[in-house]
Amino acid sequence: MRDVAVVSFAQTKNVRRENRRNEVEMLIPVVQEAVEKSGVPKQEIGFYCSGSSDYLAGQSFSFVMAVDCLGAWPPIAESHVEMDGAWALYEAWIKIQCGEADSALIFSFGRSSPGVIRETLVLQLDPYTLAPLGADPVSLAALQARALLESTDHSEREMAEVAARNRSNAKNNPYAQLTGDFDVDELLAEPYFVSPLRKHDCAPISDGATAIVIAADDVARKASKKPAWIRGIDHRIESHQLGLRDLSQSTSTSLAGEKAGAIDIDVAELHAPFSHQELILRDALSLGDDVKINPSGGALAANSVMVAGLTRIGEAANAIWDGTARRALGHATSGPCLQQNLVCVLEGE
Amino acid sequence: MAEHCAVIGVGQTQHDAKRIDVSQYGLVREAAERALEDAGMTYADIDAVVVGKAPDMFEGVMMPELMLADSLGAVGKPMLRVHTAGSVGGSTAIVAASLIQAGVHDRVLTVSYEKQSESNAMWALSVKVPFQQGMVAGAGGYFAPLIRAYMKRSGAPEDTGIRVALKDRQNALKNPYAHLKLEGIDFDQIANSPMLWDPIRYLETCPSSDGACAMVLGNAAVAKKAPKKPAWVHATAMRTEPTMFSGRDQVNPQAGQDCARVLYKKAGISDPRKEIDCCEIYVPFSWFEPMWMENLHFAPESEGWKMTYEGATALDGDLPVNMSGGVLSSNPIGASGMLRFAEIANQIRGEAGEHQVDGAKKGLGHAYGGGSQFFSMWIVGDQPL
Repeated sequence: MRDVAVVSFAQTKNVRRENRRNEVEMLIPVVQEAVEKSGVPKQEIGFYCSGSSDYLAGQSFSFVMAVDCLGAWPPIAESHVEMDGAWALYEAWIKIQCGEADSALIFSFGRSSPGVIRETLVLQLDPYTLAPLGADPVSLAALQARALLESTDHSEREMAEVAARNRSNAKNNPYAQLTGDFDVDELLAEPYFVSPLRKHDCAPISDGATAIVIAADDVARKASKKPAWIRGIDHRIESHQLGLRDLSQSTSTSLAGEKAGAIDIDVAELHAPFSHQELILRDALSLGDDVKINPSGGALAANSVMVAGLTRIGEAANAIWDGTARRALGHATSGPCLQQNLVCVLEGE
Repeated sequence: MAEHCAVIGVGQTQHDAKRIDVSQYGLVREAAERALEDAGMTYADIDAVVVGKAPDMFEGVMMPELMLADSLGAVGKPMLRVHTAGSVGGSTAIVAASLIQAGVHDRVLTVSYEKQSESNAMWALSVKVPFQQGMVAGAGGYFAPLIRAYMKRSGAPEDTGIRVALKDRQNALKNPYAHLKLEGIDFDQIANSPMLWDPIRYLETCPSSDGACAMVLGNAAVAKKAPKKPAWVHATAMRTEPTMFSGRDQVNPQAGQDCARVLYKKAGISDPRKEIDCCEIYVPFSWFEPMWMENLHFAPESEGWKMTYEGATALDGDLPVNMSGGVLSSNPIGASGMLRFAEIANQIRGEAGEHQVDGAKKGLGHAYGGGSQFFSMWIVGDQPL
């Protein structure tokens, strides 16, 4: 395997409604910033890969316009996944492992604001048996939270603590959307939103974009003073039928973590759009109390759909760069109730 | 550095306008199980699954690979979903091959599909305000002016497109899976068919199909144990350019030319017309055969039409093109590119049945998408490179 490192990371500020700029206009400064920070000359970037979903824009082929943010002339080697950008990073990492490129730019974008994301995500469910029930993502997450509370020692208080800690951490993150100091007892006094979830247990609705540059071996060493080396990356999927899964666990995260070598982790950036999912993910990855979780504030502070997973890998690299971590973990999730999960383990020199 | 990768199993569905006898699950399984059977494997033997399809709005399910995890035996495994517009079937095969070439997996199942009858493809293909000026109806509306420009530029005879359509429709009669099988098709029927998007006639146009294509790919150790002859991947390439900018040549796009050039270089090919035995290329409208012959460097600029006219691209020509009947005969959009890649692999494996080119040893699979801006290609051969 070739040594591949994250060498730069850039993101927009996450906002509830980005209505002054379209996707390309959001991406252009982010892509430029990622390229500049990377130290890899733009014309030497060997591969491009992006992640996004047509169902957010409400337009088929919406990723085609995004190519305009790259200045793809002369023509470039480029690909796209209809997945969170974290999986685009995986495809780029594979391309570099094949020896087809020595560096890659990965980006993703997602604006939830043109539609109603709680309704849009219903269309992600099996159209024959699940979507007709109209079960929205918050309701499905509530079922999962209930399964967790009933079958383990985890409590609603722990969930509120997760929410308070993430939003407090996010005060130090200029790109976060929902930040502040919250008192756990006051949070628990709030009414249920969808029982057992309260509003604070749910991610905000965000618009945003992220770009990352990765590079191999000497290209990374030459470009970056402190490459965040990818020591392991793996992803796994579970059954789509919620009744076939134990929703209180995340077996795909455990397996991906095992394959990616998720041990001796100092900082973990977990993509948990609901507070109870952070508890499930910490259990799945056996992350103890000594592991710092989500210094960025995580998805509970900013959750641009299709972007938040890639952002976790960027924030994990930030933890390496600022010296908080020697080994950091970035995690991404997709599908209802953590159906699909990716784990990326980064390490400094 | 890269591991060898070979195609060891190929499967496709019966393509039709409406496959109302199967769900989306049933459609992908029909292709996947035929590919697995061809490779002498079951889902349990597979390490990872790569799914490709064109816009999710064709079926009305957002990111449908999530719901297909169970039916494609992907539970507990890595699963990827590729979408690069019309080129996606080819790109998906390339991503699947790269998982093996990178040495990450030994056996990969890749599946592409479209079930266009679930929605209205014409609607999904017409990009709307505010994304673009609402000036065209469907893909034909976009490509007709490019064809007109090619005719003017090359001085090709007006009936070149009719000749391509006749050849592909006759080839399709030899393909048991083809959607359109027009018995007794002749020149006059095509010439007299209604003009849809001038200069594209009805019978010079691809259909809207429901269908799927699947391949099992393996590394060298796996390929050597395969029950049938493998087709070895010699080279893959992808190139992209923006949809619109001043001075862009949309008739003979730079991205396609560059993609072919780098592909031949990787495969050690210096004279493609001589060294490649046959091609499956993405021709959704008949005139794209001569246009792509030039773009792929098989003919000098403005002379691609001569290959069609002289019969070089016929089943018994010196460079047969679209022996299966091509996209003109079956067009489940997300799968159409993979069908090109799989059909050419079957030619090399000697598994193409009635439309087999005798002794095919090296072949090109090609797909394109968007506004002639996304290209994916591969070369397969009967021996490892």
